Amino acid sequence: MILSNVLQRVAAGSPVRVRTPAIFDPASAPANEIASYALLVIGICAALFLVVGGLTFYALLRFRARPGDDEREPPQIYASSQIEIAWTVVPIVIVFLLALVTARTILVLQKDEAPIGSLEITAIGHQWWWEFHYPEYGFTTANELHIPLSDPSDPWPTFLDLQSQDVIHSFWVPRLSGKTDVVPNRTNHLWMAPTQPGVYVGQCAEYCGTQHAGMLLRVVVESRADFERWVERQRGPAVSRASLASEQALFEATACISCHRIRGTRAQGRFGPDLTHLMSRETLGAGVARNDRSNLIQWVASPDHFKPGALMPAMQLPPDQVERIVDYLVSLE
Amino acid sequence: MSAIDRPTIDRPAIDRPAIDRPDSIPSEPPNERSWTGVLHEWVTTVDHKRLGILYIGAGLIFFLIGGLEAAAMRWQLAFPGNDALSPEEFNRLFTMHGTTMVFLVGMPIITGFGNYLIPLMIGARDMAFPRLNAWGFWMFLFGGLLLYFSYFGSTGLYGAGSAPDVGWFAYTPLSGKAFSRGNATDYWILGILISGFGSMSGAINMLTTSFTMRCKGMTLARMPLLVWMMVVVSLLILIAMPPLTAAQVMLLFDRFLGAHFFDTQAGGDAVLWQHFFWFFGHPEVYILMIPGFAYASEIIPVFSRKVIFGYSAMVAATVMIGLLSFGVWAHHMLAVGMNRGLNIWFGAITMLVGVPTGIKLFNWIATLYGGKIRFRVPMLFCAAFLVQFLLAGLTGIMLAAVPFDWQLTDSYFVVAHFHYVLIGGLLFTIFAAIYYWFPKMTGFMLDEKLGRWHFWLFLAGFHLTFTTMHVQGMLGMPRRIYTYPADRGWDLWNLISSLGVIFQAAGVLCFAAAVVLALRRREPAGDDPWDAWTLEWATSSPPPAYNFAETPVVRSRRPLWDEKHPEDPDWKYE
Repeated sequence: MILSNVLQRVAAGSPVRVRTPAIFDPASAPANEIASYALLVIGICAALFLVVGGLTFYALLRFRARPGDDEREPPQIYASSQIEIAWTVVPIVIVFLLALVTARTILVLQKDEAPIGSLEITAIGHQWWWEFHYPEYGFTTANELHIPLSDPSDPWPTFLDLQSQDVIHSFWVPRLSGKTDVVPNRTNHLWMAPTQPGVYVGQCAEYCGTQHAGMLLRVVVESRADFERWVERQRGPAVSRASLASEQALFEATACISCHRIRGTRAQGRFGPDLTHLMSRETLGAGVARNDRSNLIQWVASPDHFKPGALMPAMQLPPDQVERIVDYLVSLE
Repeated sequence: MSAIDRPTIDRPAIDRPAIDRPDSIPSEPPNERSWTGVLHEWVTTVDHKRLGILYIGAGLIFFLIGGLEAAAMRWQLAFPGNDALSPEEFNRLFTMHGTTMVFLVGMPIITGFGNYLIPLMIGARDMAFPRLNAWGFWMFLFGGLLLYFSYFGSTGLYGAGSAPDVGWFAYTPLSGKAFSRGNATDYWILGILISGFGSMSGAINMLTTSFTMRCKGMTLARMPLLVWMMVVVSLLILIAMPPLTAAQVMLLFDRFLGAHFFDTQAGGDAVLWQHFFWFFGHPEVYILMIPGFAYASEIIPVFSRKVIFGYSAMVAATVMIGLLSFGVWAHHMLAVGMNRGLNIWFGAITMLVGVPTGIKLFNWIATLYGGKIRFRVPMLFCAAFLVQFLLAGLTGIMLAAVPFDWQLTDSYFVVAHFHYVLIGGLLFTIFAAIYYWFPKMTGFMLDEKLGRWHFWLFLAGFHLTFTTMHVQGMLGMPRRIYTYPADRGWDLWNLISSLGVIFQAAGVLCFAAAVVLALRRREPAGDDPWDAWTLEWATSSPPPAYNFAETPVVRSRRPLWDEKHPEDPDWKYE
């Protein structure tokens, strides 16, 4: 099993583009501030490790029994108040200073209310995908969050209201921000002010059931102009092409529409992701596969193929119907 | 000493020192009974030593099971997109692995050593409540078996292959009826609840024994540090365990009687469970870790040939850790959306735990300082423990640094941190304790050479597997995922992590071989093979059922030192 995996990977030549969501490669406030604070903490801890670890190694090596030692026991030393007071007080001082820095950083970074002029988005965690509402613009999308760059001279931070439809999830895109849990019956908050455009990956960080690993996140950070163009496209209803009228009718006759919504059509379900502009997304199944025609066919025929345990049922449609439904879906640009 | 205290065994009347070394007393009669007879003897025993061995033995068997579960998970994670295990199987494995290692390995082994050693170290004949002691053991074992029966019974035999899959802390509402159908979660609740009664009875027993059964001259201030630390552990169990039991009963009410404590769909509170669970769960970390400190505090002095440095400070630091442990629970919840004040409080108090823990480390180092350190196997494990536990403590400070924690929590960094605590800290000292006290328990030495192989292989494997996990966490890999995409740059780290398992497994095999070999060879270890100073080494190996032929009388913390060095006894200095 392992061997065949290795062979497959060697054969494939690993053409993947690596996007490591490293916390020390921040591209946004507050991830920037967290990273520099974290470096300070690591520095203090590393110094402590060198001092105390060095002492330990020194004591272990220097005082090891050697062949030829006499049989006498070494001098017995019971305690020493001076030295004990010293190694109690010094750590207390270090902890006190570290706690002060920590408190200050929390007060700066943790925001419970949206700053004036920020873009407010509601993010809703589902088993096992993300729903994003843009109340200012009145549309909904899924799994791939688009947000604008926040130029420090003209800031436009993004402020998320985090809610859950079912169990506890956690929103984590390491290069943009720390994680915040997504808790049912509560609204938590998270903010970002990215300064570099790009695609940032992350995923659900609180175990939420079978496909916790398949609850991936992508955040697309765009310039103000690109973001506004994207918003304009998302606000419009779905494209209905006359040439695909029968395919659309077939879709609207299946049970797909009890869970999915396509604005401007009969499909008004609310349990699954909004498909109005499905093809504007790069991935499907909350990031488990590339969003293209062949993967969509595989996905509709059997969601378990990419995402075993996904709550979307396999509809048991004949292959030609699956193809026609996907013909309609790929038109939803 | 009254005649009633004396066991009714014929002994030649000779002049005895204050501490009796009953060399002349025959040990257990040669074993000629049938195996059913032996089995009956062990099943019905109320002897603290046999129960201690049963606890440790059962814990080690569960350790092998939990280890196999971990190995299966590392196999699955060795490569991105691997399909060796399905998501359901993986989720059950990490749930069972965590639950097993905490409740069915850590708890019984620390209780087993407490059971075995406390009466011997304080010169008592047995625990205060021998039958309660047996009850506690069987409750623990029944709870453990019930948990594992879920593999067969949780959805009836038709659904064979099921087991709890809600994680070892079973967060609601995921563990509620709506999201966890069938009975797998009920097996988790009931198994832990029942073994928890065993733990609580054990704690009551250890407390009562330590406070009421000490031999003449053994004041509280002369108790061995191990006994002191087990006293603190027992108090922690008694305060921390009932909230977990209560929460589990509430969850059962939710699941069976339609209550809504944690049922968010009916307005219940998801976070309430986390407060209950971690109010137990954080003290639980110290319940597991303080016994590790206890073994190190007994072993390091003996192999350094020096008295423990700063006995009173060690006791005070243990009590401080115990007290602080009840004020830090929500540092497991810093990303849950608490307000700023609470985040600051829990971060600061958690950092404060570093102070008494640091005091302990400094005391151990001061004990080494100026000694003549003999690197026998128990000392090797303790030496590695010192460095590894230092690292675990420092990553703990990083996790307590709240904004840093927003990045690190629920990532592989946390997995690395708590395995440094529970393996690098606890398991290494448990191995040290087994090598150290095995000769007392069985009368036979464990092979030194196999022990060294065990140590070096396990050390290498442990660091390969878990040092890398710090990196994976900082590269953004969350815990509890059954697979990960190939484009994340986590492959190499995960592969190294998985390769470490091979070395760890080889180390554990050496350990098993050493145990089997020792029991086969039956080379007598002698009563005091390490030239040690506490009372358990004053009786025979293994000790007779009554422990001491004559109740010992002590004048200091190291009664055997006094006996071996009458010219310069400890009591002059304490």
